Amino acid sequence: MSTTKLAPAKGAGPERSGRIGDKVFSGAALGAGALIVTVLFAVALFLIVQALPTFTANPADITGGEGFFAYIFPIVIGTLIAATIALLIATPIGVAVALFISHYAPRSLARGLGYVVDLLAAIPSVVYGAWGASFLASQLKGPYAWLADNLGWIPIFGGPASGTGKTILTAGIVLAVMVLPIIASLTREIFLQAPMLHQEAALALGATRWEMIRMAVLPFARGGIISAVMLGLGRALGETMAVALVLSSGPLIASLIRSGNQTIAAEIALNFPEAFGLRMHELIAAGLVLFVITLAVNMVARWIINRHKEFSGAN
Amino acid sequence: MSKRIDVSDLNVYYGDFRAVEDVNITLDPKSVTAFIGPSGCGKSTFLRTLNRMHEVIPGARVEGKVLLDGDNLYADGVDPVTVRSQIGMVFQRPNPFPTMSIRDNVLAGVKLNSRRMPRSDADELVEKSLRGANLWNEVKDRLEKPGSGLSGGQQQRLCIARAIAVSPDVILMDEPCSALDPISTLAIEDLINELKDEYTVVIVTHNMQQAARVSDKTAFFNIAGTGKPGKLIEFAETATIFNNPAEKSTEDYVSGRFG
Repeated sequence: MSTTKLAPAKGAGPERSGRIGDKVFSGAALGAGALIVTVLFAVALFLIVQALPTFTANPADITGGEGFFAYIFPIVIGTLIAATIALLIATPIGVAVALFISHYAPRSLARGLGYVVDLLAAIPSVVYGAWGASFLASQLKGPYAWLADNLGWIPIFGGPASGTGKTILTAGIVLAVMVLPIIASLTREIFLQAPMLHQEAALALGATRWEMIRMAVLPFARGGIISAVMLGLGRALGETMAVALVLSSGPLIASLIRSGNQTIAAEIALNFPEAFGLRMHELIAAGLVLFVITLAVNMVARWIINRHKEFSGAN
Repeated sequence: MSKRIDVSDLNVYYGDFRAVEDVNITLDPKSVTAFIGPSGCGKSTFLRTLNRMHEVIPGARVEGKVLLDGDNLYADGVDPVTVRSQIGMVFQRPNPFPTMSIRDNVLAGVKLNSRRMPRSDADELVEKSLRGANLWNEVKDRLEKPGSGLSGGQQQRLCIARAIAVSPDVILMDEPCSALDPISTLAIEDLINELKDEYTVVIVTHNMQQAARVSDKTAFFNIAGTGKPGKLIEFAETATIFNNPAEKSTEDYVSGRFG
């Protein structure tokens, strides 16, 4: 209540001291906003300048010898495959976990579960990587062999299955476990904010709990779920350590259960320490590509959210 | 359809706290009953027990009987979901689903029963319900627009249309006009007068003129003090409650000498 203390005692003139607070705050907000844009711009500029030599270099000098596009294309696809697997697994589970915590679990249980989910997010990625490489991969050898035997006619399950289990599918599963807490805890917050008013409206019409969730909670949370998934996707796309440890990389292949494929982040991390000259510019260019992909994904998400603004309840 | 509600020895508890004590009341079909009383006297809580909406509040429970044409709503094996589809409710603040169009809002309750209805039937039901809520002429050209774009009074009538679309036996209204301006209030009151031809209507209101205008019978609730349970003090014809009440506290309240 400092504003009231500072206010002049006799009448409120046009120059009330509260205005100073307004000015300071608006200046601080503007500064913070400008800082973000500056940092983003600086990063983009660095990436572009450092990547430039790659695009002007002789295609034969690029790793693989066939130019930058032939080099980057397989690992872009690899990155997208790993992230897609992660999101396909993590989104439904994350949303279900969040719904359980927010609308189904008894209060005492919900609180404990919420903490556990948040704790999952606090585990360092290298731990997930070690777990995936030393435990999960070997556990998955059997299922992969089964998939290759029984569903091998589908290209993504083409055999022979990896003998170590260190495949892009394993990497995707590890990524799913990593993004799960992000999606679960963000969507849980959104579900908890769903207006009681509309939930009661649904119940009073004779909706069951699930019907109420479908009528009043999920539509409200739509934008929030998309944002949470996009944040999860951001982590899945950029995750380095886990993929580097779990995946035994190789050229781009359709099968998810054989050794092969690579992601951009892991490619950069594994090669950067020994890179110099053109090879370093190449890796930075790969980073630029990742940056552009993430940016594009975010813009698409924003577009999806905005498309339904009229029905968002914000008006 | 319109059904009679008989309440006997009803007590409502929030955890260990008794919020409403020993209510016995009979609500006649095809009539409007108003609940009046000071804030916190338990009239809204009691209203919610009539369609088991109090169960949404953690720790709330009921002892006693509520009979809807003889069937106890609190008997073993009665699903609150079924109860609520027979006894509709309109809330204090208009709450159309913001993510649905006006048309979908009206059909929201009907779609729940997973009845697949042909489009022409659905159109008919939308028109009938919106006409029933005196809203059709105002929205017939924008049925696909979001319900949240309507004015407060229109939104409340949309909620009433949504409630009557499932053809309930009883409609409960919890201060339906308290967030509306006088003109919208008048529109809702006219509507309540029409609704009683087909439904049992129960309305909680803080506005005594409103109770006097719309209701056939009035129930006065009161509490002895903070922390004490709310009680039904007097229940009679509306004219009797306002002109010649039997209880001193009723007279004090309706004449404004309360507290």
